[in-house]
Amino acid sequence: MSPTYLGMPGLPVYGDGNLHASEAFPAAARRELGNAQLRANLGHATHTIRDKRLRVVAELPDWEDLREAGSAIKASVMARLPELLEEFEKNFTARGGIIHWARDADEANGIVRDLIRDAGADEVVKVKSMATQEIGLNEYLEEQGISALETDLAELIVQLDHDKPSHILVPAIHKNRAQIREIFLREMPDVDPDLTDTPARLAEAARLHLRRKFLSAKVAISGANFALADTGTLAVVESEGNGRMCLTLPDTLITVMGVEKLLPSWTDLEVFMQLLPRSSTGERMNPYTSLWTGVTEGDGPQNVHLVLLDNGRSAALADEMGRSALHCIRCSACMNVCPVYERTGGHAYGSTYPGPIGAILSPLLTGITSEENASLPYASSLCGACYDACPVKINIPEILVHLRSEDVESRRGTTKVPGQMDVAMKAASWVMGSGRRMALAEKALPLGKLAAGPDRKIKKLPGMAAGWTQSRDIPAPPAQSFRDWWAKEHHDPGSEEHTELEEKA
Amino acid sequence: MKIALFATCIVDAMYPSTGRATVSILERLGHDVVFPAGQACCGQMHLNSGYFPEAVPVVRNHVEAFEAQDYDVAVAPSGSCVASVKHQHAMLARSIGDADLETRATAVGARTYELSALLTDVLGVTDAATQLGSWYPHRITYHPSCHGMRLLRLGDRQADLLRTVEGLELEPLPEADQCCGFGGTFSLKNSDVSSAMLADKNANIAATGAELCTGGDASCLMHIGGGLSRQGSTISTLHFAEILASTRDNPAPAPDALRGPARKTAHTTGKAG
Repeated sequence: MSPTYLGMPGLPVYGDGNLHASEAFPAAARRELGNAQLRANLGHATHTIRDKRLRVVAELPDWEDLREAGSAIKASVMARLPELLEEFEKNFTARGGIIHWARDADEANGIVRDLIRDAGADEVVKVKSMATQEIGLNEYLEEQGISALETDLAELIVQLDHDKPSHILVPAIHKNRAQIREIFLREMPDVDPDLTDTPARLAEAARLHLRRKFLSAKVAISGANFALADTGTLAVVESEGNGRMCLTLPDTLITVMGVEKLLPSWTDLEVFMQLLPRSSTGERMNPYTSLWTGVTEGDGPQNVHLVLLDNGRSAALADEMGRSALHCIRCSACMNVCPVYERTGGHAYGSTYPGPIGAILSPLLTGITSEENASLPYASSLCGACYDACPVKINIPEILVHLRSEDVESRRGTTKVPGQMDVAMKAASWVMGSGRRMALAEKALPLGKLAAGPDRKIKKLPGMAAGWTQSRDIPAPPAQSFRDWWAKEHHDPGSEEHTELEEKA
Repeated sequence: MKIALFATCIVDAMYPSTGRATVSILERLGHDVVFPAGQACCGQMHLNSGYFPEAVPVVRNHVEAFEAQDYDVAVAPSGSCVASVKHQHAMLARSIGDADLETRATAVGARTYELSALLTDVLGVTDAATQLGSWYPHRITYHPSCHGMRLLRLGDRQADLLRTVEGLELEPLPEADQCCGFGGTFSLKNSDVSSAMLADKNANIAATGAELCTGGDASCLMHIGGGLSRQGSTISTLHFAEILASTRDNPAPAPDALRGPARKTAHTTGKAG
């Protein structure tokens, strides 16, 4: 067992894998915005799920209490994660499971590879899992000569198309039926050449393609939605039943799970089984919930392994302001209501975790180390829709602002020349730190007219303000500020001070 | 009641008529309005952009300006600035370990109100036409800004007040709760996404058939109005305080007068109403 560094300040072990953007968000977003088909697909899908979620959430009179309970349980888990992990390990091991601890993506991938080789397999079936996306397991195994087949329909579509998921819950949200038919015809060896794009025919083609694999695979790989410390039980929540095939048929089952997925006990699960399906698919209950506890002789997998993954979670936990991001149950409600995600899609975020949660989770797991990941906390207008939608009440806007300040601080004191924004903010701070200086600055306002056209509108601004005039006019400033008007119209002690200032000016 | 006006930096510098309208409404109700001269800005721009040390003098200045004057409540015609004063100032003070500033900022925040919240919750305004003489005979739509809606939970206060203005027709805005895409420096740093959000907002505004879009935040209205202007739209924007302040004797400018002199000749289509 390798050591973990849970919550130990000063020893951040940042994560690696598919958590790093390769280009800054504004550039990636600009490219994705140019894809009209993508925007139409995304707009349709997010609005549909959004409306469904609102309907089923409104059915529960105690929804706000449930959110509060979910948040409180998660906060208590984060506060005593090391002891809960030990309790879980003891119970999981006692029931015949084997635990492996992985500090980062590299370690986790290596452990999984060795386990597959020990089982004598070169092909595995997979249950949809964000943790294995995060560590880039499929790509790693392919390099090692092991093929990993996704069995979730949407993940399969993305995998066959050699694409990346664009959404946590609906990985193929950016593709329509016609596109999916083309992918199947191109990539499935024995597919019916007369395949149409009706959902039933597409599902049938996938079913036939997968059935053979389920029956022949010796090893399955899954993630886990929850782990219960008091019994050492793992849980997977899904819609299609592919996961249950993987969890019951192969002889070896390897689960990769982030350490934050723990819950203290079975009784806590009740809260999350209400929060998760309603928040994610807008359903009252998900069709399949699989729970497994260790090994049962003669029934199900006989070799049960769990890789407990840190990959930056300790570092996130050590961040007092950011740690509640680890409450996330990967429901994707935040991205379905996010106006930024709705227009750019998941690829613009460059990480396994897109949308508002990705904009905080990725930089928390990796640290604000690269310019690309440091651009993520700015990918929000701070409208707050994500916070309202979050079933475990992660205050995403507050953490976004916290990470922006971390980014600004990380650039301070470096030898880099301050950017336009740094200079402007410093100057504005000086002006806005005093009513007198503000009044003086406003004396220059009428000069703004010089920049305006005959229609009293400014249509082009230089530097970073050019982004504004790309699509918006600015009215020419007024001849007189409110403050000046007040001083002339109302005689009070405040205006006396102001008049003196006017004389000095 | 003695009411301290927090004009906000954008109203002070760019939209003084919104400040004048706010004063007019409060004085018409018989209240004594004071303007703490030391005020400048709430510091929201610095805070939301991550410039915490630069926000400190701005926040300190706001607290000092408003605790220096004797008043019952403070008011601002802006949901987002009030949200900053109420939710961010004490938090910033706490983050720099200044317990004294935290206590003072909390006290200032506790008696600061967004205009519609003050009018409905404290001053008992339920009918703008009878209590304020409000008259604005135009067909308008209303955009509820994010911070007012989600941080202050203003609900329908602004729209409810507008509905009681004589002559006013309020058209419901499709997807009203969607952000207009302003977001402070977001509109500069992620201008493309911001513009895409604005385009959808303005398409929804156009679909209402209204002559004008109103709201409670000058910055969001500057964004929406700036986009409409660039598209050559006939729809203009105006803060709801100016609509409440508008009377038969002293009316706020009609929507077509708000579009700027040079634009008028460019319009070929007749306006409704």
